[in-house]
Amino acid sequence: MIIRVQTDPFDFGRESAAFAARAQGAGAVVTFLGVVRDDGGKLARMEIEHYPGMTEKALASICEDAISRWTLSDALIVHRHGVLYPAEPIMMVATAARHRDAAFQAAAFLMDYLKSRAPFWKKEFGTDGAAWVAAQEADEQALKRW
Amino acid sequence: MIDVLYFAWVRERIGLPKERIETQAATVADLVEELKAREDRYAAAFADLRALRVAVDQQLSEFSAPLAGVREVAFFPPMTGG
Repeated sequence: MIIRVQTDPFDFGRESAAFAARAQGAGAVVTFLGVVRDDGGKLARMEIEHYPGMTEKALASICEDAISRWTLSDALIVHRHGVLYPAEPIMMVATAARHRDAAFQAAAFLMDYLKSRAPFWKKEFGTDGAAWVAAQEADEQALKRW
Repeated sequence: MIDVLYFAWVRERIGLPKERIETQAATVADLVEELKAREDRYAAAFADLRALRVAVDQQLSEFSAPLAGVREVAFFPPMTGG
């Protein structure tokens, strides 16, 4: 299991290839990349704040839950904070399991929990000014399926 | 002494990221009442507790959580990771 919280960009291709290379014996590897979305060309940049210490603990706990629930052979979470620009990678998850159902489900679980249980907060700076991104009720509801 | 941390708009509204507080508060909710009585900026930040989340010693918690032996309490809006 690898958890990384960082300001630097990451290379999704290289991270995915390295993860897959380590996942020898797994029949399925699933990766997900989250990207800064610019709805209608109004976003200049995004700033992501986090809670150092708690963030790493929360991510590790979510990751351990996924590993034990779907018997993953490995899992990876990389999440950035600081200043991010449109089209830059924000975060990625990767899961490795014997079969694809487990790898897909574990990746979806990781994403759902990251959204509303990992202490990150996004602030958008655009042509209309700055605003904190509000949590969505749908994201909270999504946890109930697990 | 308890370290109290604020994140996102809670930090902006109160005007600082962290402070050390000497308190006799028994629970997080009691601590919130103490802070609200201090100054308007605290009262504004804690006006609607439904819009806030709390972590006690870096674990997501409830406002009814006891503070005995606690070192760190953090207040923040619902998280928006991913």
